[in-house]
Amino acid sequence: MTNPVLSVRNLTVEIPTRTGLLKPVDGISYDIAAGEILGVVGESGAGKSMTGNAVIGLLDRPARIAKGEIHVNGRRIDTLSRKELRQIRGKEIGMIFQDPLTSLNPLLTIGDQLTETISEHLDVTDSEAKARAVRALDEVGIPAARDRIDAYPHQFSGGMRQRVVIALALCAEPSLVIADEPTTALDVSVQAQITALLKRLCRERGMAVMLVTHDMGVIAETADRVAVMYAGRLAELGPVREVITAPMHPYTDGLMQATPDASEGATRLRQIPGAMPRLGNLPTGCAFHPRCPYTQDKCCQDPSPTRAATDGRAACWFPLTERAAVPA
Amino acid sequence: MPLDQTPDPLVSIRGLTRIFDVSKPLLNRIVERLPKRLLTAVSDVSFDVPERTTYALVGESGSGKSTIGKMVVGLLPPSDGEVEIEGINLASETDPKRIDQVRSDIQMIFQDPYASLNPRWRVRDIITEPVRIKGGKTEGLAERLLEQVGLSAADAIKFPHEFSGGQRQRICVARALASEPKLIVADEPTSALDVSVQAQVLNLMSDLKDEFGLTYILISHDLTVVRHMADRIGVLYLGRLVEEASPDALFTNPKHPYTQMLIEAAPRMDGFGREITPPEGEIPDPISPPSGCAYHPRCPIAVEQCSKERPQLERKGESRVACFLAK
Amino acid sequence: MTDKTADLPQPAAVQRPSRFKELWEADLVYNLRRSPVALISLIVTLVLILAAVFAPLIAPTNPFDPASLNLMNGFSAPGVPNAFTGDTFLMGTDDQGRDVFSTILYGMRISLFVGVAAVLFAMILGITLGLIAGYVGGWIETIIMRIADVQLTFPSILVAMLITGVAKGFTPPAYRDEVAIFVLILAIGLSDWVQFARVVRGATLVEKNKEYVQAARLIGRSGGGIMLRHILPNVLSPVLVIATISLALAIIAEATLSFLGVGAPPTQPSLGTLIRIGQGFLFSGEWWILFFPAVTLLTLALAVNLLGDWLRDALNPRLR
Repeated sequence: MTNPVLSVRNLTVEIPTRTGLLKPVDGISYDIAAGEILGVVGESGAGKSMTGNAVIGLLDRPARIAKGEIHVNGRRIDTLSRKELRQIRGKEIGMIFQDPLTSLNPLLTIGDQLTETISEHLDVTDSEAKARAVRALDEVGIPAARDRIDAYPHQFSGGMRQRVVIALALCAEPSLVIADEPTTALDVSVQAQITALLKRLCRERGMAVMLVTHDMGVIAETADRVAVMYAGRLAELGPVREVITAPMHPYTDGLMQATPDASEGATRLRQIPGAMPRLGNLPTGCAFHPRCPYTQDKCCQDPSPTRAATDGRAACWFPLTERAAVPA
Repeated sequence: MPLDQTPDPLVSIRGLTRIFDVSKPLLNRIVERLPKRLLTAVSDVSFDVPERTTYALVGESGSGKSTIGKMVVGLLPPSDGEVEIEGINLASETDPKRIDQVRSDIQMIFQDPYASLNPRWRVRDIITEPVRIKGGKTEGLAERLLEQVGLSAADAIKFPHEFSGGQRQRICVARALASEPKLIVADEPTSALDVSVQAQVLNLMSDLKDEFGLTYILISHDLTVVRHMADRIGVLYLGRLVEEASPDALFTNPKHPYTQMLIEAAPRMDGFGREITPPEGEIPDPISPPSGCAYHPRCPIAVEQCSKERPQLERKGESRVACFLAK
Repeated sequence: MTDKTADLPQPAAVQRPSRFKELWEADLVYNLRRSPVALISLIVTLVLILAAVFAPLIAPTNPFDPASLNLMNGFSAPGVPNAFTGDTFLMGTDDQGRDVFSTILYGMRISLFVGVAAVLFAMILGITLGLIAGYVGGWIETIIMRIADVQLTFPSILVAMLITGVAKGFTPPAYRDEVAIFVLILAIGLSDWVQFARVVRGATLVEKNKEYVQAARLIGRSGGGIMLRHILPNVLSPVLVIATISLALAIIAEATLSFLGVGAPPTQPSLGTLIRIGQGFLFSGEWWILFFPAVTLLTLALAVNLLGDWLRDALNPRLR
């Protein structure tokens, strides 16, 4: 196997608070290879966005990386200074955020923002930078890119703006893209356009993409592999088809059953009882055990299961090897 | 249930229209010589909701679905058309007793469980407010309702910030039930919630519907949620009803090209690596909508007639469709 | 597996029934403990307020009782026994032989009373107008906020002087001294309502679009009921901050007016009046007559102001 573009090992993020140390991300390891889309799913508070922010070094104080290593193209980046990180962001790592309006500077034309990013990271002349900017806009499907390069962000519609953000993230030709809920603020029809665009660009350029979202449907259609997060930990990581059709972690299973599917009629949804525990108040052992229908004694006791300690896919002492019948 | 055959629907909406004035302030308009800008959020919408059924309104942003909801409950006056609930039109009814009666028969559940509960009030006061204001008895009411929605009676003395999003939405449901309404308008009740919690709230709503004989108008952008909950679905595009059908008919045989696009574009759990041709274009500016059928610039099968005439909502079998080309 | 949800495990943070207020105050107390400046300011403010409230018990003499005055005690230096009577005064005496320490205690009463009353008046006026402007909107809002804008273009001390002047013109000379304090409260209050109105209006605009307000409208609550019961409690925390900072400003405004001779009458001297009296003796060597009232005013205003600053930061969730 070739070297992965992004390699995260045992990443732990801590937030010291008055009441104690919170771990929004706790011992997470994964790789993303070139040309691969890794979907990261979880409910709010699962730590999925925090993982993305940790990789690009954009943690808000007082959150900090407490443990673990992050390698991009074989180079360790979690120990770099702010200045070095800034150079890597944009050049090697591109970022796409949920709200296209706030990730663009409203006072600069999109052309200025693109050429600025290009000249900062690539050694090109001004005219070359501009040509690349037009090409970048063209590539993300903005019609009449040459004419629209002098327009301001507010002159674009929501979907077009998100395309501009993608162009901006990709213009310096990064090898890794982190997309944090890139379609959540968009309508269904535009969401389909944007995910199709992401998929095409990933394939054409051989980028590694980390797609953070709460939408299982988007993951199913877009990702190659999926990482399911729960309470700051990885619950399950595997090829998307296997994880969705035959989940091994009871949480993944519950999530799948709870998601309403358009292909079924008015059936009763299966629900996971309760809610995700608050970070300051995690149960001992497996964080899911109070909500899990299969809990046994071992699940309640420390240490919590890790993927390495079990079968390598699900962090569960008793993974669902085949679709076990739900106890009545 | 065809429109003209529904016997005594609980809610009957005819020609409902709402126009917003989104002009700049008067002074700017005079100085900059701008015309008045009018936004037609809802235009000529008619449908019936029979008792004890769930009618769902789906559409993307700008479709006017929330505006319709607000007009149904009386938070917004219609610009034109009427809303009749139990045969009484709130806008024109003069007998205060009947207005009061209808008012307490309607309740609403809102989208944002964090903004819909007054953070300085105890849960008990929040839940019993609709009854208290009418001078009704509230003893034990909050406790009873809390247990009904799956919380505990002891929660009555707590404040909203002590609850998670899903629990707050349960409190909202309890408040909506307090005045023993017949109709509940739920505006995106689960779109702020996580999937597992969404399932809890949707199941709760289904249970309560059977238990109390409720009628729902469910407003959502999420087709999958709508399919699970609705008895009848109305699809809105730019303030107009473009198709109305039963869930099975709508999902297996969508007649309007817009509905077809929506269903095709919605991400599917079994759509591994699905390659779809993404739909073209975006929702146009509602201030200056396209001529004729508002969907024609994005429609793959549009003919010349579509840009000139506006198709009316017409009966096609079990469904109602507003498209010249629908079969 | 049943779908009944009554037996859901509740998140543990919810299990202990706690009062929101207690939590909120606990947060504030925690914040206070971490900020020595705020803590000192709070102690100083409390000491000064208590001293003013219990002035008759603390003050060695009653400076307004002519019987207790001895002209021979005039111009005693602080801490030095008087050459004629042998009496010692902590902060010296003025030309009339009044104990400066006692006059400060009594003066502080007037200053604080006027300050607090003026802020309360401004607060009630500002909150009412701000709530109405924000909730009702339309031309009512335009009128209220334009008046506020116009008033903001004048320095507030000028507005206060104008109001005092006009009020004096309308009161018969015999009653002027009696109503002077209330005129002062009215003047300072009227010059200060604008910022309350603006902040409350802004917060009201945010709150009124929240869904809990819509829910209250839906069940037929009246506009007044919604403003009072629903919106008001949710716009009060910024008001608390402004009120504290306003108190410092009102005390200074009162002192300024009194210093200029349009404030508290000499029969009821406030700290400002004392400073005005004292500055006449500054260059003849009796510095203490000016110095001690001035330092007291400075300490009081500074302590209240620092307290307000801290409160603003402590209540601002973004700075936590």
